[in-house]
Amino acid sequence: DLQSTNLVEVCMALTVVSQIFPREMIPAVLPLIEDKLQHSKEIIRRKAVLALYKFHLIAPNQVQHIHIKFRKALCDRDVGVMAASLHIYLRMIKENSSGYKDLTGSFVTILKQVVGGKLPVDFNYHSVPAPWLQIQLLRILGLLGKDDQRTSELMYDVLDESLRRAELNHNVTYAILFECVHTVYSIYPKSELLEKAAKCIGKFVLSPKINLKYLGLKALTYVIQQDPTLALQHQMTIIECLDHPDPIIKRETLELLYRITNAQNVTVIVQKMLEYLHQSKEEYVIVNLVGKIAELAEKYAPDNAWFIQTMNAVFSVGGDVMHPDIPNNFLRLLAEGFDDETEDQQLRLYAVQSYLTLLDMENVFYPQRFLQVMSWVLGEYSYLLDKETPAEVIAKLYKLLMNDSVSSETKTWLIAAVTKLTPQAHSSDTVERLIHEFTISLDTCMRQHAFELKHLHENVELMKSLLPVDRSCEDLAVDASLSFLDGFVAEGLSQGAAPYKPHHQRQEEKLSQEKVLNFEPYGLSFSSSGFTGRQSPAGISLGSDISGNSAETGLKETNSLKLEGIKKLWGKEGYLPKKESKTGDESGALPIPQESIMENVDQAITKKDQSQVLTQSKEEKEKQLLASSLFVGLGSESTVNLLGKADTVSHKFRRKSKVKEAKSGETTSTHNMTCSSFSSLSNVAYEDDYYLNTLHDRGDKELKTFSLNSELLDSESLTELPLVEKFSNCSLSTPSLFADNSMEIFHPPQSTAASVAKESSLASPFLEETTEYIHSNAMEICNNETISVSSYKIWKDDCLLMVWSVTNKSGLELKSANLEIFPVENFKVTEQPGCCLPVTEAESTRSFQYSVQIEKPFTEEILSGFISYHMMDTHSAQLEFSVNLSLLDFIRPLKISSEDFGKLWLSFANDVKQNVKMSESQAALPSALKTLQQKLRLHIIEIIGNEGLLACQLLPSIPCLLHCRVYADVLALWFRSSCSTLPDYLLYQCQKVMEGS
Amino acid sequence: MIKFFLMVNKQGQTRLSKYYEHVDINKRTLLETEVIKSCLSRSNEQCSFIEYKDFKLIYRQYAALFIVVGVNDTENEMAIYEFIHNFVEVLDEYFSRVEPIDELPKICSALEPQQACFSPDSSFKGAASTTPIY
Repeated sequence: DLQSTNLVEVCMALTVVSQIFPREMIPAVLPLIEDKLQHSKEIIRRKAVLALYKFHLIAPNQVQHIHIKFRKALCDRDVGVMAASLHIYLRMIKENSSGYKDLTGSFVTILKQVVGGKLPVDFNYHSVPAPWLQIQLLRILGLLGKDDQRTSELMYDVLDESLRRAELNHNVTYAILFECVHTVYSIYPKSELLEKAAKCIGKFVLSPKINLKYLGLKALTYVIQQDPTLALQHQMTIIECLDHPDPIIKRETLELLYRITNAQNVTVIVQKMLEYLHQSKEEYVIVNLVGKIAELAEKYAPDNAWFIQTMNAVFSVGGDVMHPDIPNNFLRLLAEGFDDETEDQQLRLYAVQSYLTLLDMENVFYPQRFLQVMSWVLGEYSYLLDKETPAEVIAKLYKLLMNDSVSSETKTWLIAAVTKLTPQAHSSDTVERLIHEFTISLDTCMRQHAFELKHLHENVELMKSLLPVDRSCEDLAVDASLSFLDGFVAEGLSQGAAPYKPHHQRQEEKLSQEKVLNFEPYGLSFSSSGFTGRQSPAGISLGSDISGNSAETGLKETNSLKLEGIKKLWGKEGYLPKKESKTGDESGALPIPQESIMENVDQAITKKDQSQVLTQSKEEKEKQLLASSLFVGLGSESTVNLLGKADTVSHKFRRKSKVKEAKSGETTSTHNMTCSSFSSLSNVAYEDDYYLNTLHDRGDKELKTFSLNSELLDSESLTELPLVEKFSNCSLSTPSLFADNSMEIFHPPQSTAASVAKESSLASPFLEETTEYIHSNAMEICNNETISVSSYKIWKDDCLLMVWSVTNKSGLELKSANLEIFPVENFKVTEQPGCCLPVTEAESTRSFQYSVQIEKPFTEEILSGFISYHMMDTHSAQLEFSVNLSLLDFIRPLKISSEDFGKLWLSFANDVKQNVKMSESQAALPSALKTLQQKLRLHIIEIIGNEGLLACQLLPSIPCLLHCRVYADVLALWFRSSCSTLPDYLLYQCQKVMEGS
Repeated sequence: MIKFFLMVNKQGQTRLSKYYEHVDINKRTLLETEVIKSCLSRSNEQCSFIEYKDFKLIYRQYAALFIVVGVNDTENEMAIYEFIHNFVEVLDEYFSRVEPIDELPKICSALEPQQACFSPDSSFKGAASTTPIY
């Protein structure tokens, strides 16, 4: 039908294509649809664009090469076609705004025409010209102008006009206004526009129409993150909305309040949220709200009692539906503590006490999660109690254990708590009764726990050393290679058992048998054959897994025996909470003196009362009171700019940082185990301790080098020795307890000396490096009257080195210039030593070096940060900048032989295939490969006839292999890698290169 | 982005449904009943946007007929609200005012068998929707 001459048939075919087409069939029809973009009928063109949009949604890679044609569609003389192409652009710009900045002008012109009423009358809706088109365009502009002054400047005029034109009193104009406001606040700010937008928001919020009010609240929620003063203007309305009969409005208001919460208004806001929480029944709402309350409570808690009580409420309401991070974070907070040791103790004591009172109440059912939290806290911190003995606590836990409504998972938590308490309790009948009862339990897990407890109970000394008091935060380290099992394995081998083959080896063997079958692609239907190719090895490896197991059953037996249950016990001993410590930096909370808040509130109230006492009814006064308590703290900070505010908050709540690092190896001779970890506390809160924590979290799986700044390293190496000693003193239990696979694993030694040596090599003068490695040209990224910053990239073999050089243009000396990079999720940015310069003399240049490592593949990302400096006259200033990083910055040639290529090729499971058309200039394989080598830094391994082998690696060490084959003017690319997403991204880059040249 | 489009009458029967993301057939009925329930429980003074799970519902009532649109978080609610009205106006126009608007359920049930032929956007002309309707 697509090739039919009948218009209706083509229309129908295109409609069907866009509705039901599966991913694998796209290549088959793609050329036909591309042709339809040039069709003389606009409806066909429009439908073709929509079909391509659909393809873009389900398989972005396959339509990448026709992006230029979309540009043609955008400039189509028919408005419908243009409008359709906007969908694609909105999507693409959302993914990567920097690539389309050059189109800003066109979008602005289009919007100008639309707003100016230049479209045919058909497009008017209640005399508003093409409202949905306007909204779409505004949204695109908002994305394009984000954090980009130059682009934003292009659109100020048209935004102003849109705001002005959309003053009709019709719903749809409100929709446009809303989108305008959104855009105005997204792009680089301009005061006039902000003012107008604020006025619009005011109109929305004050409107008697409920839908508009909702819209206003939503806008306010967005805007408030940039400008908290607006909330002050509308505080009375917000209060009214808070008591609104419509729960939806209420919820939106809470969302708004959530954004403006600070240390001073947190109690009131959380109270409001809890009230709402008690009323709502829908599960999704509860999960969402509970998460927010917990976050606020952790961030801003004014005192211990309040914090614990709030968390109790959260746990009892949120129950088992809430996100598992919440109890985990809470426990970690309790365990790791804050700055002040006595404060920690008080918090823990209070928690223990409150849980005991809760448990005393009869006939109350708590959610399982809450019980688990309780049992952990009681198990760890009951020793803080003076009145009640551990035996009494055990008795309470025992009562819970006997309760039928408690799930078996919770029961294991409870038993673990009892186990922890037993060494402190000297002798207890309850424990014996418990052992007696649960050793015959039907639940294997419970029985396991009970037996452990029984054996430990017989040997009190071992038990005490195994379950030390208040040690939950210390890290345990395990020998990943399970070397203590060597003897066992040797014995097994000598008795004729097959040696253990690692998973990938088994898969490889299976695959090599299959190679003959599925190496050649089948013409056009590429991705489908690639699909089956990808599937089958997985299936086979599954089978081989099972067969492989039998070879090492003996070995597995010992493992599986000990595995059960033990995980739980040790989970609570510390590694579990740590594993989930991803969002570590903000959860700290410092108690803030209650009195000062009360004073603050009082002052505010009395002020307002004095002026209004005569005129206002009692109800009004209550609202005022609420308002002042809600918005306290916002007013005072309203003059400070946003960045400043964020700073003060983070200063207040900076938590004692725990910089942990796995570095040196320590062997405990008895059990042949390698511990390679110790934790050290650094009392100084480093600005970048967040990075370190994340580094640490991610680093535990693979062997990674931690290039810390040397300052930190030094301070640690001083404290290193005593700590290690202490650690080895803490005797470790029988090896079986560590046999758990999922325990955190630190790979064996990497000497500190080596890392220090490495640092110093990195710190070597950068002039040397520039000659040694390829580097990009310096590019000026920002400047002002005093300084100018330019940056360039050095593509080192092991990382990307970003160099920002700061030139002091003024005649004055600069003091303490500092460069900071905002954290980005895809990168790991590490400062190179010698970056903090005390003084920069007049008219000289200094450079900052950062090494950037990639965490997960992407096409293009923006790395931004700011430079702050002091002038001589103590006047300080900041300058923001951003740099684009592309995936190619992290690609390095991988030099391997053809044989290695063959081996690696078989071991990778992720592959992607695609045909690319070559231009005439590069029709021959060698020239095409040369382009790839030059532009993408791929390494050409070998060229055999019309096939070529290439390899590269993504830093730090993810290899990717490419197999090319040429027939006619088509280049068939076939990528394989161990990383699932990398081939897709590389393919995209290849296509770009092949088309570009 | 629009996720689904529903037309329901006051008794809770679905007259027309169109999903733009795949939802299992048996899950659809469940979803529809829940959606209708939450829409029916709203009064006139309450606003026409409902947060439901991780997406938003926007509904508009025409006599005995409810039109409900499910959208994701990034959508402009008011635009969708007006879009519904536009849709109804187009229907009205298309069937050349045969019946006043309360008779719409009939039209819709008549529409259902030939749904495939009725592609809303061809009649929409350029009043571009926020999500393309094919």
